[in-house]
Amino acid sequence: MIRYIARRAAQMFVLFVIFLTLTFLLLTALPGDTVKQRFATNPNIPPEAAELAIERLGLDKPLWEQYTSYMWNFFRGDFGFSFLQYPRPVSDIILERLPRTLVLFLTVLVSYYILGFVAGKFIAWRRGRRGEHAITIGSVFLYTVFYPWFALMLIWFFAFYADVVPINKFLDPQEWVDAPFSSNHVFMVIFGVMLVGGIVALTLWILSRRIRDPALRTRTVWVGYGALAVVMVWFWYLSDFGSARRLYAGDILHHMVLPVVTITLISFAGIMLLTRSSMLETMREDFILTARAKGLAEKTVRDRHAARTALLPVTTSLVIAVATVIDGGIITETVYSWPGMGELLFTSVVGQDLNLAIAAFSFVGVMAMVGHLVVDILYMFLDPRIRVTGE
Amino acid sequence: MTDLLEARPTTDVTGKGSLWRIRANLVWAGATNNWNLFRTNRVGIVGLAIIVFFALMALIHPVLMSGMRWYSGAALFLLIWPVVAWVIWPLLGRLRHERKVTFPLTVGITAALLVAIGATFGGVWDAGTYHPVVGNEPNPPLLHRTVVNEVTDPATEMSVREALLYSNPDGSPLLLGDIAEIREQPTGPYGRHWLGTDPLGRDILSQLMKGAQGAFLLGMVAALVTVLFATTVGAVAAYMGGWVDSFFMRLADLLLMLPALAIFIVMSSVFSFELWHLAILIGVLSGFGGVAIVLKSQALAVKVKPFIEAARVSGGSTIRVIAVHVIPNVMPLSFLYMMFTVTAAIQTEATLSFLGLLNIDMSWGLMIELARNQGYFLTGMRFWWLVFPAGACVSLLAAAFFLVGRAMDEVINPRLRKR
Repeated sequence: MIRYIARRAAQMFVLFVIFLTLTFLLLTALPGDTVKQRFATNPNIPPEAAELAIERLGLDKPLWEQYTSYMWNFFRGDFGFSFLQYPRPVSDIILERLPRTLVLFLTVLVSYYILGFVAGKFIAWRRGRRGEHAITIGSVFLYTVFYPWFALMLIWFFAFYADVVPINKFLDPQEWVDAPFSSNHVFMVIFGVMLVGGIVALTLWILSRRIRDPALRTRTVWVGYGALAVVMVWFWYLSDFGSARRLYAGDILHHMVLPVVTITLISFAGIMLLTRSSMLETMREDFILTARAKGLAEKTVRDRHAARTALLPVTTSLVIAVATVIDGGIITETVYSWPGMGELLFTSVVGQDLNLAIAAFSFVGVMAMVGHLVVDILYMFLDPRIRVTGE
Repeated sequence: MTDLLEARPTTDVTGKGSLWRIRANLVWAGATNNWNLFRTNRVGIVGLAIIVFFALMALIHPVLMSGMRWYSGAALFLLIWPVVAWVIWPLLGRLRHERKVTFPLTVGITAALLVAIGATFGGVWDAGTYHPVVGNEPNPPLLHRTVVNEVTDPATEMSVREALLYSNPDGSPLLLGDIAEIREQPTGPYGRHWLGTDPLGRDILSQLMKGAQGAFLLGMVAALVTVLFATTVGAVAAYMGGWVDSFFMRLADLLLMLPALAIFIVMSSVFSFELWHLAILIGVLSGFGGVAIVLKSQALAVKVKPFIEAARVSGGSTIRVIAVHVIPNVMPLSFLYMMFTVTAAIQTEATLSFLGLLNIDMSWGLMIELARNQGYFLTGMRFWWLVFPAGACVSLLAAAFFLVGRAMDEVINPRLRKR
């Protein structure tokens, strides 16, 4: 099992090197690139100064040398300076932006996957009854609606008309004027709490699967989740560390609601439609008929026999869904001015900040690949065939 | 297609005549069969109707703008003919049995309709007013708005502060209770502009039609490029196997995994994108990416069929077997993915032009960007003609291609059908 994961990770790494090479060839090494244009064709810079700058940046060296030094610097974490925020190194900006996007990304990935799967399960089970057409049309609408437009309509309705959530940005500057913490610190705390909570909940769920007695299992799960909730309440309200940061964390979370809802709504329809067709295929299998003939409850047949088999193709599609969610994240961050990686990518591209753009793009690629790897590992847990043949 | 033919030979395909005739009959029988299956899917028909509607919108724009040109007229004829025929065919009733009468009659009615359209609408939009990019309405309608302290209805009232911007016709300042007569853009829908004008005085309907042209051009080119690459890559990878297969499949994995929008955004920093550049790029990315994987698995299923072996034994070269036997059998599936590619292409183009990264002068995304940039989105329903039509067009056309794709999926994959 470890060997399988290691092999997939190695494959990912090779893919990433290829990806980085392509990025380099495309953006840096192309004749007439942005940096050269900046110096060579700018009449305000004397030719000697332009030559000096090109020499200092190493652009006169052969391509191979440029490539090796680029790769070496990349893996050391040195992405050069940003042009837009001049003296700041790019790695500094990336470190500031990355957690904000990760929080958004992970929340959405979990929420929409669960939501889409559960909804698809119910719709497939209710096939042919009333309301099915409406739900299908609604999900097709969500799947194909023009995303920025939909996001703007949601802003208008929820943030402007109903005024229940903030319009944009990720914090309210007035509340943060005399804050004793930096926003990134609070953000890392939120991230940590979410990560620990998620891992604990997942472990609890996996462990509870081993309990045979259904009544005991249900009780264990609920007691466990209750304990988790109690710990959360204790952390945010009673502990010194948490309660000092509660208001600020609450402000950030309040700003997070609308972006998360938007990406979730947009992307969950795809998973739902897929779950539906996957369930419909599973429901024709003989073992479903057997399960029903045995006299099992409808709920058991649906959840235990049909849904679990239907889960596999849906999980495979998560690989593509990771890319979809990242794309959705870029649009959402731009529309909502959420200062994360997607917005960084967009502003750096518009501001012709090549170093920043390349680094942001590479990190988006890293996110996609790590997501892919996680889905692979998840899939391995779900499908024993891969565990066996992967060895 | 072949599966279906084997399953239910509804038409007699072994008529007299040459090989070509038999082939044509086969294709015709398959098409009729598939159409009959497709027709049972109501949602697919709705999608098709939406596509035809937008296609008409795109085609009628040059007719309206500057008088009938022969090529736009011919294109309109080609497009409108099957639609009109489909409608009037049943109306002709008994005459249907007399092919000799029906066919010329249908063509005649369509041509008459076309002449009528041309005579009525040809060139009614003069370019200065109705051009989607540089047009301008010189005489917006006169609006009457009362100056009040507290504005309840912004369409008929204005605040005292706002009244400072205007004056009475005789030049005296507007006071509380005065009725201001103003001509302003954007104006809502009225006789001259069916969907109103934008803040620059340009006609929204004309812009929508121009946007439809762009969307169709983009979608068609992207879909054709996708199918070209995906069928070739899929068939070659499946048939050759070995390192060719693994190279193309790893490439597809990489492309599938990467967020496409991020790629386009980054590339727009280096290249100046025009519409057809974007179309080809979308086609290449999806043709070497996800669609190639699907078509390869289909081609693998074709590869093990006996007729491939027969072709190889009878001396067909690799290229011939791939081109004549594998690719035609993968084609139906690739048509399906054409539809999904069009959906993706339309949305990508709209998003990129919404972000202002494309080098184009008019598109649906650009219209939304304009409305958003100038703050019309937060006014809600008051300026609905700036907010809704463009977004609805993108969503509707994308949804239409998606629905047609789904309906075709049911035709091609018999497992998905209800019975």
